[in-house]
Amino acid sequence: MIDRHPWLDALAHLVLIVGILIVAFPVYVAVIASTHGANDFMSGLVPLLPGRDMLANYTTMLTEGQSSSGAPPLLGMMWNSLVMALVIAVGKIAISILSAYAIVYFRFPGRTVAFWLIFVTLMLPVEVRIVPTFKVVADLGLLDSYAGLTIPLIASATATFLFRQFFLTVPDELMEAARIDGAGPLKFFRDVLLPLSRTNIAALFVILFIYGWNQYLWPLMVTTTASHYTIVMGIKRMSDVADALPQWNVVMTTVVLAMLPPVVVVVGMQRLFVKGLIETEK
Amino acid sequence: MSAIAIAAVSKVYAGGVKAVSDVDLDIADGEFIVLVGPSGCGKSTLLRMIAGLETISAGTVSIAGQVVNNVDPAARNIAMVFQNYALYPHMTVFDNLAYGLRNRGVPRAEIAARVAEAARMLEIEPFLTRKPKQLSGGQRQRVAMGRAIVRQPAAFLFDEPLSNLDAKLRVSMRGEIRQLQRRLGVTSVYVTHDQLEAMTLADRIVVLNGGRIEQVGKPLEVYHSPASTFVAGFIGSPAMNLATAEVSGGRLTIGGAELAEGLVGLADGRVTVGLRAEDVVPAAAGAPFAIRYVEELGSGRLVHGSVAGQHITMAISPDWPLADAMRVAVAAERLHVFDAATGRRIACP
Repeated sequence: MIDRHPWLDALAHLVLIVGILIVAFPVYVAVIASTHGANDFMSGLVPLLPGRDMLANYTTMLTEGQSSSGAPPLLGMMWNSLVMALVIAVGKIAISILSAYAIVYFRFPGRTVAFWLIFVTLMLPVEVRIVPTFKVVADLGLLDSYAGLTIPLIASATATFLFRQFFLTVPDELMEAARIDGAGPLKFFRDVLLPLSRTNIAALFVILFIYGWNQYLWPLMVTTTASHYTIVMGIKRMSDVADALPQWNVVMTTVVLAMLPPVVVVVGMQRLFVKGLIETEK
Repeated sequence: MSAIAIAAVSKVYAGGVKAVSDVDLDIADGEFIVLVGPSGCGKSTLLRMIAGLETISAGTVSIAGQVVNNVDPAARNIAMVFQNYALYPHMTVFDNLAYGLRNRGVPRAEIAARVAEAARMLEIEPFLTRKPKQLSGGQRQRVAMGRAIVRQPAAFLFDEPLSNLDAKLRVSMRGEIRQLQRRLGVTSVYVTHDQLEAMTLADRIVVLNGGRIEQVGKPLEVYHSPASTFVAGFIGSPAMNLATAEVSGGRLTIGGAELAEGLVGLADGRVTVGLRAEDVVPAAAGAPFAIRYVEELGSGRLVHGSVAGQHITMAISPDWPLADAMRVAVAAERLHVFDAATGRRIACP
């Protein structure tokens, strides 16, 4: 900042307040809508004050779902989403930290090739390779299973690349000191590298959990039975009913519920998340 | 029996670069050896080969009579102190000291006792529960030393341990390392590029240049009779003056100006002569000396000038009056004479 002027401060605050309103207003509308009955939307106006059906909406949706829109109970879908997000986040971190460790700390033939192959997959997100991936998953009989939902999304380069960059900043002497201290490769990884990566792991966990939770296209393709639907799919199914008006109150109930777990994760891990993004403990 | 024997050791890197060539060195039990030389002379590579952090291309390294070429660093019973300390940042000082012992399955009570003993010796007891980043540079240095001491190794290996400290701390840590090593009596190999550290710490100095040993000897031996012009220029501060000179009939002249007389046993011809700055003295009948500039050190004065166009530095007392036309001379027994072609020392009278 160059100077502090009162009107500059005011302008800054104005911009921030407008920004917050733009972000918060849709969330507010969603929460309000989830407290109304189905008929309150017929007028075409979106209500802006709370209604009286909040409890009814949430309990019905969580336990019974809405069969007219082909939506099973939300609890089941949320469970599926949670499993998917957790398995993707944990799986990605576990695989990528190990492969980054191998690439940075071991000399083996084809090391550079391996790194570049991993790196190139950055250019191939799920959407690009979705047809062949679907074929593989279908041939392996993994449709309608947690394995089918998660495994194709676990293989990713982003996290490997981030861990590699972090490991490269760890001084070599640390590894040499550990070798002299009698720590083998796995012990060094467990006792030194893993604790040092703690904040990076936390930051990645937050990002990957939300990434997994928000998956839409892939679950839509590999699940055909209600028992494996995820909640993001549920929103789509309910807002996209044939020959009827979407029931906005229950759609918004679902949206609000779908928002909660990522919020909990972000708020709960905020401190570590920020640390992992800005500082390296060396 | 924890002597280290280095026999015909070479290190060739993948690209064909020869970092260390054919080094032979026997280190006695309890001896403090300092490897010194300019950057890239192979001193760190040699140390890392003793530690087992570099593979040995040729020759053998033995510790306590056992060839350790293919022995894992952890099994060599050595401890190393790194330039950047290499403390584990997420562990407390206590855990840093204890880590190597835990990995070796030392009983818990003994670990506690050994860490306490080392901490007492190094005066780091108040910091045992702190993390390295809460410590100052000097304290980290002590922790790094502590990590080496608790292991009770056959040898300490130091890789420029003081170069990250400020000048004042470096001097006091230097003294502590020396005392500690004397007290523990552990064979030590210490790498530095600082000739002053080498002079003050070593039982024997090993001067390395281009991957080869230039000279091995006690600090004063190396100082007073450098084996080559390289050693002469490297050891001692200010660096020894080296000039091209002529010997004829027992007289030493630079560009026709006589600098010393009464030399015996030297064949006539062209030589490289080495003169310590403190051995160059003003003399009424010496060679003409043209002053270029003067450095005041307080306790003394460094006068930079030239004799017949060759740069000569003279260290004199500040009481000496400086004049534009000075003459200097050197006592014959203070001269260091080197072969003009090979740079090796010529046995002097």
